[in-house]
Amino acid sequence: MSVELTGAEITIRCLQEEGVQCIFGYPGGAVLFIYDELFKQDKVRHILVRHEQAAIHAADGYARSSNKVGVALVTSGPGVTNAVTGIATAYMDSIPLVIISGQVPTSAIGLDAFQEVDTVGITRPCVKHNFLVKDVTELALTIKKAFYIASTGRPGPVLVDIPKDVTQQKTKFAYPDKVTMRSYNPVIKGHTRQIKKAAELILGAKRPVVYAGGGVILSDAAPQLTELTQMLNFPCTNTLMGLGGYPATDKQSLGMLGMHGTYEANMAMQYCDVLVAVGARFDDRVIGNPKHFFNENRKIIHIDIDPSSISKRVKVDVPIVGDVLDVLKELIKLLKAEKEKPDQAALKEWWKQIDLWRERDCLKFDRESQIIKPQMVIEKLFNITKGDAFITSDVGQHQMWAAQFYKFDKPRRWINSGGLGTMGFGMPAAMGVQLANPKGKVACITGEASIQMCIQELSTCKQYKLPLKIVNLNNRYMGMVRQWQEFFHGNRYAESYMNALPDFVKLAESYGHVGIKIERPEDVEDALKEAFKLKDQLVFMDFITDQTENVFPMVPGGKGLSEMILV
Amino acid sequence: MRHIISVLMENEAGALSRVAGLFSARGYNIESLSVAPTEDPTLSRMTLVTIGSDEIVEQVTKQLNKLIEVVKIVDLSDGNHIERELMLVKVRAVGSDREEIKRLAEIFRGCIIDVTDKSYTIELTGPSSKLDAFLETVERSTVLETVRTGASGIGRGEWTLKV
Repeated sequence: MSVELTGAEITIRCLQEEGVQCIFGYPGGAVLFIYDELFKQDKVRHILVRHEQAAIHAADGYARSSNKVGVALVTSGPGVTNAVTGIATAYMDSIPLVIISGQVPTSAIGLDAFQEVDTVGITRPCVKHNFLVKDVTELALTIKKAFYIASTGRPGPVLVDIPKDVTQQKTKFAYPDKVTMRSYNPVIKGHTRQIKKAAELILGAKRPVVYAGGGVILSDAAPQLTELTQMLNFPCTNTLMGLGGYPATDKQSLGMLGMHGTYEANMAMQYCDVLVAVGARFDDRVIGNPKHFFNENRKIIHIDIDPSSISKRVKVDVPIVGDVLDVLKELIKLLKAEKEKPDQAALKEWWKQIDLWRERDCLKFDRESQIIKPQMVIEKLFNITKGDAFITSDVGQHQMWAAQFYKFDKPRRWINSGGLGTMGFGMPAAMGVQLANPKGKVACITGEASIQMCIQELSTCKQYKLPLKIVNLNNRYMGMVRQWQEFFHGNRYAESYMNALPDFVKLAESYGHVGIKIERPEDVEDALKEAFKLKDQLVFMDFITDQTENVFPMVPGGKGLSEMILV
Repeated sequence: MRHIISVLMENEAGALSRVAGLFSARGYNIESLSVAPTEDPTLSRMTLVTIGSDEIVEQVTKQLNKLIEVVKIVDLSDGNHIERELMLVKVRAVGSDREEIKRLAEIFRGCIIDVTDKSYTIELTGPSSKLDAFLETVERSTVLETVRTGASGIGRGEWTLKV
């Protein structure tokens, strides 16, 4: 059964064996043999991007929206350095990727060869793991390991660096069925005694909050999170990465929490007595100043697959290391078997308090405005797509408004760069989402600053006929930078004004797409409707929005969760 | 507090740089680090000395555990352990100093392993504090050169760190 194959053939065969249907990449000298093998087959489809950063973002969007491992292929040297931003983005958000990079021939490594960089060295701090394959006999096992490591435990990007001569060498090929590593055995099942302790705390809670993060999405545990929250009648808040983990239109949802979270979510977080943290990591944008957070007493249950996420920024009372899905199932089973129920009278009081906070109506904005309000555009987008679109975003104000105003009821519908905050992420990620979900409606909410960081991908969208809907909230500013400059730097708008903007309509048209410029609030709805009617075309909607609009509520840096600036 | 941590890891190219990179990226202190293959050539054993609060050292061990090539890890400071460090120290030894330094080396159970008419090279092993004590005892101006391996540690009794 085992015939001799070249390293390049083996690479492609491994991808086929892994069931990879679609990869994103850009050819170059060091990967030419691999591209030659790609050319000779038709199981693995290759999407040619226009910049390697976009290849990684696209593979990332593909992975986030489908729960498959995203795969990218780049060449040595600049191919890899261009990819680094994408890799770091995926690493911060724990997205399973396998990146295959070409390398100069083994005989040239270390000699400052043309297009040589120390790929393993450069990417080491922003990958879950990486490999340099110096021997073709190790190639298949290494790729197997890469997929295994990327997709298990806390997921993350894994890079496999393959020197050019290794792609030419021949060896017998057999793809291993499975792989075991003595040094890598992620814990899946939570500790039973800890889960029991958590159940006891939950049953004794008077002012509980469920705080759910990206781990819920990554482990596909949204149904379990929803079941747990609803059987207990607890309020639930989601992090930026966790949106869609609990249905946002449900009455028990408090919306997003954190720096731009809702008033009710942040107040509930601050004043709860039992906090159930599920697949979240208490990061600086979520709880603000940890000292202020601990001005109030509360018991914390923390479920996470990564032990190093537990007690990193916040000391917790009941840590449970394990896969969120497994732990939630156990917890639900345990609570169902329990006769005792949480104190209903206390819960009623707590909900009353929450409703008072809700009355503050923290997301209100001027609906009568004669200038387009960005919030209104997103609300309309939500209504027109019936909340069922895949939404990617770039980074800045528009990202926060998207998170606040698009009510995600399903997981894997909200795709954004939460951890690294990478401008330029939105459109390439949307390409990946569209390829993973050919029938899905995919919109990219962006701004005129972010979109220009990967604008070249309009060309890729043309080549593969990707009918994305680009919602460009154009306020002629790097909005979030401008907002901080207004609040904290005495209105000195240093370099945050986007001068010399292109005519986005003409730009879209020059790439062969449809462009629409929208300047009046009354035209917003029609434009969106028309865009979604054009099912086979990318439509670039350039919304000219209010330049002075700010994102509220806001917890300023270093402040506590209850110290929000409100509208 | 000072912690001495033993790490058993795959003996692979690049494993050491992952550990070193982790410490610099997360701003942890490394007082010393020593590493060599074990009796099983597929494994390396590293001894790390770090200083930090309990919270930081907890993070250090968790982050080390997260490295794919790390097989097992133990904070030796949690229990009874022995640690030793090797130092080679070259001192100026002329006139009456020669006898004095020789005597001092004997007191510290050191060996003089190289001799010239102007210098001795002394080999000394012991806990790091003993090596510090030796250096404090000899006249500063006579020390020409020192080289230390960093601490190696092992648990006391029958308890072992093995795969």
